[in-house]
Amino acid sequence: MTGGILIYAEVTKQSFVHTVFFELANKAHELSLKLNNAPVMAVLFTKPEMLTEYKEGFTYSGIDKFFVFEDEKFENYNTETYANLIVNLVKEVEPEIFLIGATNQGRDLAPRISSKLGTGLTADCIELDINEKGLLAATRPTFGGQLMATILCKTKPQMATVRPKVFKPAIDIIKKDTEFIYKQVNPEDFINNVQLIKFIKEYENNLNELDSAEIIIAGGKGMKGEEGFKLLKELADILGGTVGASRGAVDLGYAPHNIQIGQTGKTVTPKLYIACAISGAIQHTVGITASDYIICINNDPNAPIFDISDTGIVGDVFEVLPKLIEILKNSKD
Amino acid sequence: MKIALCVKQVPDTSDIKWTENNTLQREGVESILNPYDVYAAETALRLKKTYGGEITVFTMGPSQASNMLRDILALGVDNGVLITDKKFAGADTYATGKTISAAIKKVMPDFDIILCGQFAIDGDTAQTGPCIASLLNIPQVTYVKTIDEIKGNIINVTKQLDDGVEIIKVHTPALFCILKSEFEPSRALINGIIKAQNIQIKTVTLEDLGLSTDEVGIKGSPTYVSKAFRPEFKHLKEKHNCVETGTGAEIILNKIKEIGVYK
Ligand SMILES: Cc1cc2nc3c(=O)[nH]c(=O)nc-3n(C[C@H](O)[C@H](O)[C@H](O)COP(=O)(O)OP(=O)(O)OC[C@H]3O[C@@H](n4cnc5c(N)ncnc54)[C@H](O)[C@@H]3O)c2cc1C
Ligand SMILES: Nc1ncnc2c1ncn2[C@@H]1O[C@H](COP(=O)(O)O)[C@@H](O)[C@H]1O
Repeated sequence: MTGGILIYAEVTKQSFVHTVFFELANKAHELSLKLNNAPVMAVLFTKPEMLTEYKEGFTYSGIDKFFVFEDEKFENYNTETYANLIVNLVKEVEPEIFLIGATNQGRDLAPRISSKLGTGLTADCIELDINEKGLLAATRPTFGGQLMATILCKTKPQMATVRPKVFKPAIDIIKKDTEFIYKQVNPEDFINNVQLIKFIKEYENNLNELDSAEIIIAGGKGMKGEEGFKLLKELADILGGTVGASRGAVDLGYAPHNIQIGQTGKTVTPKLYIACAISGAIQHTVGITASDYIICINNDPNAPIFDISDTGIVGDVFEVLPKLIEILKNSKD
Repeated sequence: MKIALCVKQVPDTSDIKWTENNTLQREGVESILNPYDVYAAETALRLKKTYGGEITVFTMGPSQASNMLRDILALGVDNGVLITDKKFAGADTYATGKTISAAIKKVMPDFDIILCGQFAIDGDTAQTGPCIASLLNIPQVTYVKTIDEIKGNIINVTKQLDDGVEIIKVHTPALFCILKSEFEPSRALINGIIKAQNIQIKTVTLEDLGLSTDEVGIKGSPTYVSKAFRPEFKHLKEKHNCVETGTGAEIILNKIKEIGVYK
């Protein structure tokens, strides 16, 4: 068997299939149409009995063939074990294209696999297409987002990791009868050079809040401290949104690291992004430019954030925000 | 403890300028040590302080990169290796990983750990570290916040994830990709700088590595850039000066209503 598009279905610590899988599935389906309906396949590692929980979602994700590795020990991700099993699967299935989410796990796993296969890997892509020669054209930001590069790969499979949240997920659009193929796992497949001792949870809930939020109120260094961030939280609560931060604010401890937005943080795609006292450094703005609408408040009329905003307010956040909160509260009563 | 440290010289991305034809202006852009590698170097120095041993710093790049190696040697690193050859030019992460792993095997085959930065600010691929580990067939841990303890051939490290940290036990030899951390990196002291002047930087070329020309540089790279362009932003850029008028809140409220995210 040859050809087709393979995607990696990452299972999170909470035993969910990561949302990026559904985004990749949707994109893979679109690419497959340009490749004479090449099959879309996926690979998953899971504890036994979990698959039934995922199956419902999989029927809508347009996967033709699902390769499943099942074992108790797949409770925790292990780079070497997963990479070796996937390398063997790729050699057997010979996909043209292999896509992995650019999550912490995906960015750890993908280069391990591509190097073993001696094939090319394009990291952290934000656009994928098939060019006139039928090759995968993978586009990614480089130089801190100041330059976009479209990259091609001479070898097969053409591999890419893809940023979460840049493609729309496949939901209720592509229904297929998915064939589930269970792959054999042997005791010697498990490599124990790296062992997880324990996981310490640091952040409770807002891991996925930024991913799914329609409205994000983000603050920068100019919010001056945790007090300033309370204002943002108050506004976010009224509007039904969530709070994000620049690295300037995170580095000073005004906000936790896991809500940092930008090159070394999250990419977000809300309907509305309000940047409060953020200067608009390129490393920040690469993470937000795909937002539908951007409003900024900054007291420096020359701040670069104005160049990428739809509406810019030259003003003091400590005047504008309390007033906005007040009007919104009054209009609710 | 034998530590191989990998560092990269990168263009200062905060200093990027465009030519009139929308291409990157490469001349006159300053080269700096990749900011993440500063922390990998600091981690190596701290390990050496606690556990003793020897650090060898490797970089693949043009001959000018030896100045950067000198700066790192001045911090207390023992040996420097410059992996350089015209034929290495244009390497993607796979070819880079292949070349660096071959150089480590050649110069420091008995290493205990390899330290890399988590990513480099020019490409930001975060691939080179895992690629080196994969080709040397040793375990890797990425997103390492701290290396906590070493006992014999077991190392405990803390890995940072989105929602928390993992405490991980690893068998050496192993490779770690180090995140930027809170600690203040060391600065070179005068005797360090003097000592560094007398260290002979070892140069490794293609011939030394036993690889063929087809395995390195642009020829040995499975990926290539077919197009590079400046990102376009489609935003409206309406600017309202509300310092005197104080109307900022009203304008925002109207916009929010207009775009229909809040009723
Ligand atoms: C490799 C690398 C990766 C990076 N990754 C990221 C990343 O992922 N995310 C990120 O955000 N940054 C990142 N950065 C850092 C980035 O370059 C900037 O330093 C950072 O975004 C600045 O944060 P800031 O806008 O909050 O702070 P500043 O640049 O200090 O801006 C503060 C702004 O607030 C305004 N202000 C102050 N007081 C008020 C007031 N009362 N009312 C209104 N406005 C006010 C000021 O005019 C100023 O424009 C990265 C940098 C590097 C080198
Ligand atoms: N040319 C190079 N020479 C030495 N180390 C490198 C080189 N390229 C990448 N690295 C290492 O790999 C890390 C990740 O780089 P990158 O894959 O380019 O994001 C860097 O922080 C370095 O530690």
